[in-house]
Amino acid sequence: MNLLTDPWPWYIAGPAIAVVLAALLLGGKTFGMSSNMRTLCAICGAGSNTEFFNFEWKKQIWNLLVIGGALLGGLIAHFFMNGDAAVPLNPEIVSQLQATGIDSATTDYMPTEIFNSGAMSDPFVVLMLVIGGFLVGFGTRYAGGCTSGHAISGLANLQLPSLIAVIGFFAGGLLATFFILPSILSHFIN
Amino acid sequence: MPVKRPLYFLAVGVFFGITLLKSGAASWFRIYEMFHFAAFHMYGIIGSALVCGIIINQVIKRFEVKDLDGNLIHQPDKDFSIPRYLIGGTIFGLGWAIAGACPGPMFTLIGAGYWPVLLVFASALLGTWVYGVLRDKLPH
Repeated sequence: MNLLTDPWPWYIAGPAIAVVLAALLLGGKTFGMSSNMRTLCAICGAGSNTEFFNFEWKKQIWNLLVIGGALLGGLIAHFFMNGDAAVPLNPEIVSQLQATGIDSATTDYMPTEIFNSGAMSDPFVVLMLVIGGFLVGFGTRYAGGCTSGHAISGLANLQLPSLIAVIGFFAGGLLATFFILPSILSHFIN
Repeated sequence: MPVKRPLYFLAVGVFFGITLLKSGAASWFRIYEMFHFAAFHMYGIIGSALVCGIIINQVIKRFEVKDLDGNLIHQPDKDFSIPRYLIGGTIFGLGWAIAGACPGPMFTLIGAGYWPVLLVFASALLGTWVYGVLRDKLPH
């Protein structure tokens, strides 16, 4: 296995994420990416008429640096570490996706039918991404955290609220996967 | 913040971003596969991060580890509630499965040049803002 060119296995990625968690604790902070969106709303001036965004966002600059780094990390992995190699998926998932018209599962990192700039001319795809993103932003703030803040950081600190949130993550994820995504994906059948 | 600290947080973020992209945790396909229980991969990532994280927290508590500023590392307990975490969590999960990206990987994907994710990000910002506006009217 070549860590530079090959996809990373779970037993490298999981501990690597724990290193991130430890590094942030050592920096006197906690691991949680979604609060950056609250900070960004505050920077954009949302605090002038909404109390929730009226806080000292300058104290959260450290987290914007982390998320800025995560963006930079994506760029570095993209250009120098073969980061967009096709993902070694379960073949059954690949054929299931191909049956719905998503053919890029064996060739690309992301479904090009959805995440290509060209796909943006399709109002259906735009709507899918807008609704998905909105639910992520609304839900994560409602739940007070996302995968990093609850599923990793909160559970690692044995927080019961985080367990309830993670149960919610999966309830919602399974609901969408089995009852909403099939009709969305049927849009891509040629 | 001490002079070099911004660089520290930026470096942690870079490492996180590389990990997210290289492991496939930022891939829509991997999220789709995870919710179909068709591979161990994502569970392995979250599970092993969690096991390591529990050990890290126990070590911190047992040995009273201090942070880089010399303060005792302490994480306050989260306030207890069921509706807040369950409803909020479920809404997040719906979006996670549809858009295939959570708030960390979103930034990594933008960095990797998947421009449509900018739309997901902008909508997530809007969702966060709408939550802030409606906050007092929602069950917590």
